[in-house]
Amino acid sequence: MEKRVRFQSAWLPWALLAPQVAIVSVFFFWPAAQAILQSLQVEDSFGLSRQWAGLENFKTLFSDAAYLESFKTTAIFSVLVAVLGIAVSLMLAVFADRVVRGVLFYRTLLIVPYAVAPAVAGVLWLFMFSPSIGVVAYGLSKFLGFEWNHLLNSNHAMTLIVAAAVWKQISYNFLFFVAGLQSIPKSLVEAAAIDGARPWRRFWSIQFPLLTPTTFFLLVINMVYAFFDTFAIIDATTSGGPGRDTVILVFKVYIDGIKGGDIGGSAAQSVVLMLIVVALTVLQFRYVEKKVSY
Amino acid sequence: MKFKSLALAAGVVAMALSAPAHAQVEIQWWHSMTGGLNEWVNDLAKQFNDSQKDYKVVATFKGNYDESMTAAMAAFRSGNAPHILQVFEVGTATMMAAKGAVKPVGEVMKQSGVSFDPKAYVPAVSAYYTAPSGEMMSFPFNSSTTIFYYNKDAFKAAGLDPNKAPSTWPEVVAAAAKLKANGSKCPYSTSWMSWVHLESFSLWHNTLFATQNNGFGGPSARLAFNSPLHLRHFENLANMAKQGLFVYKGRASVAVPSFVSGECAMFTGSSGSYADVAKGAKFAYGLAPLPYYPDVAGAPQNTAIGGASLWVMSGKKAPEYKGVAEFFKFLSNPEVQSASHKRTGYLPITTAAYELTEKSGFYKEKPGTDVAVTQMIRKTTDKSRGIRLGNFVQIRTILDEETELIWSGKKEPKDALESAMKRGNEQLERFEKASKAAAL
Repeated sequence: MEKRVRFQSAWLPWALLAPQVAIVSVFFFWPAAQAILQSLQVEDSFGLSRQWAGLENFKTLFSDAAYLESFKTTAIFSVLVAVLGIAVSLMLAVFADRVVRGVLFYRTLLIVPYAVAPAVAGVLWLFMFSPSIGVVAYGLSKFLGFEWNHLLNSNHAMTLIVAAAVWKQISYNFLFFVAGLQSIPKSLVEAAAIDGARPWRRFWSIQFPLLTPTTFFLLVINMVYAFFDTFAIIDATTSGGPGRDTVILVFKVYIDGIKGGDIGGSAAQSVVLMLIVVALTVLQFRYVEKKVSY
Repeated sequence: MKFKSLALAAGVVAMALSAPAHAQVEIQWWHSMTGGLNEWVNDLAKQFNDSQKDYKVVATFKGNYDESMTAAMAAFRSGNAPHILQVFEVGTATMMAAKGAVKPVGEVMKQSGVSFDPKAYVPAVSAYYTAPSGEMMSFPFNSSTTIFYYNKDAFKAAGLDPNKAPSTWPEVVAAAAKLKANGSKCPYSTSWMSWVHLESFSLWHNTLFATQNNGFGGPSARLAFNSPLHLRHFENLANMAKQGLFVYKGRASVAVPSFVSGECAMFTGSSGSYADVAKGAKFAYGLAPLPYYPDVAGAPQNTAIGGASLWVMSGKKAPEYKGVAEFFKFLSNPEVQSASHKRTGYLPITTAAYELTEKSGFYKEKPGTDVAVTQMIRKTTDKSRGIRLGNFVQIRTILDEETELIWSGKKEPKDALESAMKRGNEQLERFEKASKAAAL
C-alpha cells in the first residue's frame, strides 16, 4: 500500500529541500569534488604550479607496500572501535537504565567525555600510559609486574589508541542507547518480569531486539567515526608507531597532506578513503539492515 | 538610545581617522616559538619597534613549525602571506624550491640598500641557508645542534669520573655497562633519532647522508646512509638496546623528560634542550660534544644544524621590504645576538656574537654552554655543510618508523636501513618531479 504523501505543487518540494541541498553542496560535494580534482594533479605546496597527472598519484599509492599495510591496520582498528564502543556503551546504558537513585548524576558523568576534544583525549591517555612515568603504566609494573611499553610493543600501542578512541565515543553511543531504552514501553518489560524472566533474559529477548535500529545506526556512525575522526588521537599518542603499526588511513592523509605538503598524494588517499566508507555504508544498509526491525 | 550609539560610532570613527598621523609600515612576522621563547620573540619585536619610528614588526604565533608553514602556504595561495615566516631547517629545501613564493634575503638586503655581510655569520650556519649561486636565501635565526648530556651524580655512583664525559661510542658503551651494573634502568637514551644518529652522525664523521653533497647539489639527490659506518653504528645501538644499555623513549623530543627526571643517565639531543635541563634537573649534569668513532678519518668534523631561519615572502611593496631589511640588520647586531644566545641556548649566529659572549665570561660561568658552538664553528667540507632534502619531514618519519623496528627486535639494522633508504628515495623522486614541474 502506498503511504507516501504527494505534493501538489511542482516547485514547493524543491524549495523546501533547497537549504539542505545548499548546505550539503557547500560542505560536502564541493570539497569532495575538489579532492577528486586535486588527486589527479601534482602540485607543489605553494600552489605555484599544477600539472595534470592522471592516475599517477593512485599508482604511486598502490605500489607503496606501506600504504597497503595500513588497510589492514585500519580494518582492525575500526572493527575494534565500533564493536567495543557499542558493546561497552550498551552495557552502561542498560545499567544506567536500572539505576533508581542518582540517575542524572550517572548519566551526566557518562556524557562528559564527549565534550573532550580528540587531541586532548589522546594526551590524557598518553599521560596515564606513558612508560615508566604514567600512572597506569607505573601501577601495572609495580603491582602486576607487567611492563607496559607502547613505544615498542605494537599490541600495547593498538590497545592504547583503541581505548582512547572508544572512551571518547562511549558518551555518544550511550546517549542514543539510553533514549532507545526509554522508548521501549515499560509494560513489555514488566509483563516479561511477571512471567518470570530474569534481567538478562529480558534484555536479550525484549530490549535488545527493540534496540536494533539504534544499534544499526550507531554501527554506521561508529565506523565513520573510526575512519575519519580519530587521527588527532593517534597523532597525540603513538604518531603511528611503533614502526607503522598504528598508521591508519586517515592519519596518513593528515601526515602527508598537512605535515608533508604532498597535496596530490594526500587528496588521492582521501578519495580512496571516501570510496571505502561509501562502500561500507552501502554494504551495511544492504545486508545488516535486513536484520533490523523498526 | 539610538542617538547615543550613533554618537558613539561617530566618536570612534573620528578617533580612528585622527590616530595615525604618521603612518608606520607594518611587518607581519609568523613564528612558532612557545613559552619562554615566545616572550623572547616578542621582546625582539618590541626592542626593534622602540628603536625607530618608521616600521612596526608584528610577531604572531602560528602554531608549531609544520603548522605555521602550512598556514603560510595557504595564506600565500589566497594572497595573504606574511612578510617574514619562520621555517624549521627540515623545510628549507621546500622553501628553496618555491622560487615564486619567496624573496632571497640577499636580494632583500641589496635592494633596500642596507649593509649586510654574509661572511659575518658562522659558516656551518649560513652555508646551510645559502643557494648554490652563493646568494643567502633565508636569515639564520634560531639555530641549535646535537650534543651529549650526562648525569654526573649517576656517574659518580657508578664509579665513573664525573668530570670526564665519554667522547667516543665505545666509551659510551663501556660507561653504559657500568651504569647498568650499578642498577640504572636507562643508562642511555636519545631524542631525534634521525637528526642525532644519522644526519649529525654523518656530518660529524665527514660521511655523506645523501648524494649530491647531501642535497646541496640539487633535487636529484638520493639517500646514502647504507654505508658500513652507518651500519656499524646501528648494529652497535641495536646491541646496546638488547642488553638494556640503550632504552628507546620515543620520537622527536619526547625523551627529554627521561633525562631531566634522572631516569636516563646519558642522553643525546638538541642543544636547545639545555633550558629544560637547567630548569628541571635536580642533579649535577654535564654537557659534552657528541660521541664519535675514533678510527674514522676526518672525525670529528662538525655536527648538523637544527632550529629555524626566517624567510621573506614574495609580492610585497618596496617600503615593506626595506623594513624587513632594517629588522634583519637589527637582529644581526652582535649585542642582540649575544643576548639571545645567553637567554635561549640557541647558537650565536655571528662570529662576533660568539666572541662577545666569550668575553663576557658566560661560558666560564655556565660550563658546557659553549659545546654546541665549538662543534659548529669549524670550516665545513662539502660533505659536512648540512643536509638539505625535499620531503624531509616524511623522510624523518620513515626513519623513525624503520628504526623502531630495530629496537623492538623485528628487523635487523641492515634491513631497516635498506628499507628506509628505499622508501625515502621514493619521497625524493616525488620531490624532484614536483620541483621540476614548478621550474617549468
